[in-house]
Amino acid sequence: MKKNQIIIAAVVIMGLIFSLAAYFYNAEQTQIQNQRAEKHARSLAPFHAVRKGDPQAKVTIVEFFDPACGTCKEFHPVINDLLKKYPKKINLVARYAPFHPGSDQMVAILEAARKQSQFWNVLDIMYESQEFWVINHQANAERFWGILKGYGVDINRIQQDMQDTKIAEIIQKDLADGELLGVSKTPTFFVNGKPLSSFGYAQLMSLVQSELEANY
Amino acid sequence: MERNIHDKQASWTLIFVAWLLATLSTLSSLFFSEVMDLVPCILCWYQRIFMFPLAIILLVGLFPLDKRVVNYALPLVLIGLMFAVYHCFLFFGFIPEALQPCSRGISCADDSMELFGFLPIPLLSLVSFLFILILLLKARTQA
Repeated sequence: MKKNQIIIAAVVIMGLIFSLAAYFYNAEQTQIQNQRAEKHARSLAPFHAVRKGDPQAKVTIVEFFDPACGTCKEFHPVINDLLKKYPKKINLVARYAPFHPGSDQMVAILEAARKQSQFWNVLDIMYESQEFWVINHQANAERFWGILKGYGVDINRIQQDMQDTKIAEIIQKDLADGELLGVSKTPTFFVNGKPLSSFGYAQLMSLVQSELEANY
Repeated sequence: MERNIHDKQASWTLIFVAWLLATLSTLSSLFFSEVMDLVPCILCWYQRIFMFPLAIILLVGLFPLDKRVVNYALPLVLIGLMFAVYHCFLFFGFIPEALQPCSRGISCADDSMELFGFLPIPLLSLVSFLFILILLLKARTQA
């Protein structure tokens, strides 16, 4: 065998081994993830979680999100479009996964806004202005107050309400549930309790479609 | 003349095996980070910085054989080896954790660095750098 052929053969073999190993590893992880979601299905949508859409809908998307996460921001309109397109068939449960430093403060703002029925409104504002208050992957609540002015939200009341110790409990509960369910990145989606096989727009859409077809 | 050809063959094989090791290490390291989602700690990053180029420059030195590649590769190997030694000392506790440079982010002495529960990744790196060093030094003396 010529030397060049030996090298090419080595490259091809190593590439093959790598791809096969990656394939089997991912397949195994998907299975583990599915079993996990099944085992802890009750931890997906507890009573305290924020909901959007028709409660009677048969397809429920559970999203673990972080207001400081850029990908969550990108998927926000995607989910909204789905809810708009199938108002009677799909609803959403939002769970917190504040992985960025400082994000727990932003979640506290959201929970406080929830008491004024401004949760979704404030979340929209947060996503829209994300680049102004997320600096170097760090959420900076102080920078958000200036942005929030002029949106008809009672800021004083939010600042008061966000001191509520119950909010910290909710965050702890969501983080604990996320850990049980294997949530390590945001956003993480579950559709009718099923996790995505791999992360992506197409994967989310196809899982939602298959659940719609299975239930309607 | 014949001896010359024989020498050439021997150094080609030595550099080829060194390249195989470097490429295997590179791919394994990528497997840990990209497939298994293990976040590389800072010391891991330094070792990667000196391992990844070996997979490229040793290959260039084989097509066709240019023994000077050993001179270019050795500094990378030596520096990478020093980081690997330091990392192993840290991992096995010869250097107290408080002295480690990576206090933020991922700990360099974390349990997640053990593959299959018993093979520490820093040790794999050390062994790999060490073997590449020996092979290249051997190729150098072939001249």
